[in-house]
Amino acid sequence: MAAHRCGLSLVCILIFSSLAHPSSCDTLEKANDNTAEKRSISEVNTDGSVAGEALNERQWQSTDAEVDRSDSTTHSEALTPAAARDEFQEELVIRPLHSGDIYASFQFRTLWDTDFLQEGQKVSHYRLFPKSLGQVLSKFSVRELHISFTQGFWRTMQWGQPFIPSPPGAELWVWFHDTVSDVDGNWKELTNVLSGIFCASLNFIDLTNTVQPSASFKPLGLGNATDHRFLRYATLPREIVCTENLTPWKKLLPCGSKAGLAVLMKSEKLFHSSFHSQAVHIRPICQDEQCSSKAWELRQTLNVVFDLHTSGQGKKEWSLFKMFSRTLTEACPLASSSKVYVDITDNPEGELFELSPATPLLGQAVVLGDRRTYSVYDLSRAETFGQLRSFNLLLRWKGDSGDMLRPLLHAERYVAGFGLQTGEIHTVIYNNHPYRAFPVLLMDSVPWYLQLYIHTLTVTSKSRDNKPSYIHYQPAKDRHRPHLLEMLIQLPPHSMTEVTVQFERALLKWTEYTPDPNHGFYVGSSVVSALVPSMVAMRTNFTQDQPLFSSFVPVKEESSYFVRVYTEPLLVNLPTPDFSMPYNVICLTCTVVAVGYGSFYNLLTRTFQVDEPSPPLSKRLANLIRRMRGVPLLT
Amino acid sequence: MAAPLTLLLIVAVTIRAVLFRSSLAELISARVEVVSPLNAWKRVVEGLALLDLGVSPYSGDVFHETPLMIYLFHFTVDYAEIVFIIADGITALALYLSIQTYNKDVFRKQKYALESDRYSADCLELLRSPKEMFYIPLKVAMFYLLNPFTILSCVAKSTCGLNNAIIALFIFCTLKGSALLSGILLALATYQSIYPLTLFAPALLFFLQRLYIPVNLRRSSFWFFTLQYAFMYVGSLVVITGLSFFLLGSWDFIPSVYGFIFSVPDLTPNIGLFWYFFAEMFEHFRLFFSCVFQINVFFYTIPLSIKLKEHPVFLIFMQIAIISIFKSYPTVGDVALYMAFLPAWSHLYRFLRNIFLVSCVLLACSALFPVLWHLWIYAGSANSNFYYAITLLFNFGQILLVADYFYAYLRREHHLTHGLYLKKKDGTEATLVLK
Repeated sequence: MAAHRCGLSLVCILIFSSLAHPSSCDTLEKANDNTAEKRSISEVNTDGSVAGEALNERQWQSTDAEVDRSDSTTHSEALTPAAARDEFQEELVIRPLHSGDIYASFQFRTLWDTDFLQEGQKVSHYRLFPKSLGQVLSKFSVRELHISFTQGFWRTMQWGQPFIPSPPGAELWVWFHDTVSDVDGNWKELTNVLSGIFCASLNFIDLTNTVQPSASFKPLGLGNATDHRFLRYATLPREIVCTENLTPWKKLLPCGSKAGLAVLMKSEKLFHSSFHSQAVHIRPICQDEQCSSKAWELRQTLNVVFDLHTSGQGKKEWSLFKMFSRTLTEACPLASSSKVYVDITDNPEGELFELSPATPLLGQAVVLGDRRTYSVYDLSRAETFGQLRSFNLLLRWKGDSGDMLRPLLHAERYVAGFGLQTGEIHTVIYNNHPYRAFPVLLMDSVPWYLQLYIHTLTVTSKSRDNKPSYIHYQPAKDRHRPHLLEMLIQLPPHSMTEVTVQFERALLKWTEYTPDPNHGFYVGSSVVSALVPSMVAMRTNFTQDQPLFSSFVPVKEESSYFVRVYTEPLLVNLPTPDFSMPYNVICLTCTVVAVGYGSFYNLLTRTFQVDEPSPPLSKRLANLIRRMRGVPLLT
Repeated sequence: MAAPLTLLLIVAVTIRAVLFRSSLAELISARVEVVSPLNAWKRVVEGLALLDLGVSPYSGDVFHETPLMIYLFHFTVDYAEIVFIIADGITALALYLSIQTYNKDVFRKQKYALESDRYSADCLELLRSPKEMFYIPLKVAMFYLLNPFTILSCVAKSTCGLNNAIIALFIFCTLKGSALLSGILLALATYQSIYPLTLFAPALLFFLQRLYIPVNLRRSSFWFFTLQYAFMYVGSLVVITGLSFFLLGSWDFIPSVYGFIFSVPDLTPNIGLFWYFFAEMFEHFRLFFSCVFQINVFFYTIPLSIKLKEHPVFLIFMQIAIISIFKSYPTVGDVALYMAFLPAWSHLYRFLRNIFLVSCVLLACSALFPVLWHLWIYAGSANSNFYYAITLLFNFGQILLVADYFYAYLRREHHLTHGLYLKKKDGTEATLVLK
């Protein structure tokens, strides 16, 4: 860790030194702005004549909500048969948020139809799939691996739902193959190896913060594993994510950060943001619709929320260059598809913001239960880059964005109470759906030093007791295992459900405290998983784009969608001993014990005797002389 | 005598009932001085809740009561307050009757000794009269029932009150001479909190004395009775433990109850010596020091039994006091039990050396516990050392108190045989020293 921090500080110094010469950057940006303006002017010129046709010419391109379902066969013709075994896709989704922030989400997907877990077959030839991860998968018999590093907290109420949610800090959950006999041993080793691969403190994951959720984390890929003995879940809410974690993450990409979308990932910009989350998800998926053979999917995602209000001096406009201090010049040559999506759902007529360069391609997808419209820029086409061979997307806000539809599911958490003896954890879950009730799974993993009292658990919605229909509780073992509490709670429509549980704070051994004990101890986010009724199904007036015959009964697939919401991590203070006292305490306590021992020993071994004072020295001397003289002694 | 005792019981029950109904009950039940992780009522309720959820109460680290306790409260959880009041009443009654029996015994022995001229002539004023002994049993019951420590412990529903009741019943059965019941109750007390194991020695000595069997390792009668009593004790311990196993179907409770007592993993502050010591302990010395600290309870049993083999009841008192000082999770309820015996030794008053100092220390500490706890935990203006200092002083006071009574007892015995007004060789007044 120390080495990492040293590296980090070095990087920081480098960043500062580069910031010290900002002139070159400025000029570059100006040049870019000029070109952008020119282009927009030229567009305005043509706009008047083509405006009517533009709408008609828009090509509706259908993309699936979840990219993993999108069929890879469409691209397979483009590739040679030998290379068809693995393929790589990259995309960037940009969503202007209602708060004025920009949400940029990178997704890189590597698909490889090989089987790491097959007996006797050693996979040694790697092309696009990173070898370091492939070896880890086969060595530890991992069926599914999800790891995320997040700096900052996703504000659901302002930003809506993220594409891939993640809790602050590091999160790791792994499904092992059911042939593994020593799951805990594999898990321990795996966390240490991953810690090395990602330069993170994942080696702090041990049995005291690992749980086996019974219902909240089901495999996302193939395989209908339900035995949660093979699942391990751990979070490190204190983990700080920085460039040292980004660099190894970028190295896993086939093009590295040399080409494609990854050139945008300049760490000094990515970490100058309100929210930063990078993740790696590995899972087995079906190769075709019949699911005749298995393929491995490696999905690397990076989500950033830029606060352009503060950095943009009040001007509400952004461009790729402003966000990332880079523009795109080419797609990754190894990628079979490389696209940039911009969410324009709230801006169907262009009255809210203006996007340049404009694109004729439109995509529609149902994301998190909501039908969204996207402008699509295909980087594999040369015309995307224009004459300047550089693609700099620019968005200029025209009006104020309207109110955001409140997310249907939202959760928050806090600690109540005062003093360092007891406390109460409050988890508040909101169901903002106007008329539908739905069940949610709440999972809490609380460290052992907060002793939960499960009999104080109360669940109330609309000031009435709401008894969970399922409770899975595993109490903590001191220094061995955290508490795990999972509940299935039915949320009434348009309600606020409050879950409270009391705890007692333990006094730890002085060596168990973190270096700054009065900062407090982190408790990982609780996880709310739910099938939420979809917005599409919620909409009662199906208007514009839907034919009448399709809209009477809501479509089944879209009627609900899975969502996972992470609450805030908690910071809890514990009572502390005086760390400067060990010697004093040992001495003082032992003194008291010794006083007890001494007084009992005294009384047990000695007997009462009359105190006969010894004669004074002069008398004794006189007696000595008298004895030598043979005279009777003095009494 | 029945009327004052009844009145005392009524007063005691009224005080408890009023406190149970007041808002103080909740405050008291959260005090670390009154409840420990071993006997907090909140944890009993938690254990029952876990059982309801289908989780073994011993799978976590919250519940440390014995399986019989679960069984008891499974049925009486709604009447817990009454159970605890009754337990206190039983303890007081048992102590009352035990001390009454003991006093008769003491008086009878004193008469024999006087008749056989074993006492020296000038110690008449040391002899005990039926008149001054008349109210002692009542005082003992009162010292137990109206002791604020006992009241707090009862209002907090600390299961320490039940353990005290078992120990008091054990003393009662022992003094009444029922070896079988005594063995069973001792096994029950051991099962509850392991430490009363050391009471085996005084009980055995008492029975031997009662049956006029000399403590002589070469005599077969001595061995016969010792084995008989040990068999009753160990047999009932095995039966009780086996019963717990069949109640829960697992041995999980052994590490969770007895392992917890011995290894001291929970460092929640209490009035004992363990918590801060082991919070500040260097990791590689932990095992050594936990052995050193635990051995204190058992260490004094054999020398004390040798020294006090003629006085088993005083030995019981000494043992209970040592347990409550050196046990790993002491509460004020444990202190209250041995303090109840103090009126029985009121005749030692003239030989106590520093009773004034000790009572001041104990009173001051009792007042300072909540103050310093508040300063540390709630106000944040003091730190753990403040509370630790007070626990240290409190234990120091207790050790002084017990050692003082031990000293006074030995000294009185010395005076009874050697005369009260000792003279030096030159005829001047002598001072007694320990040599």
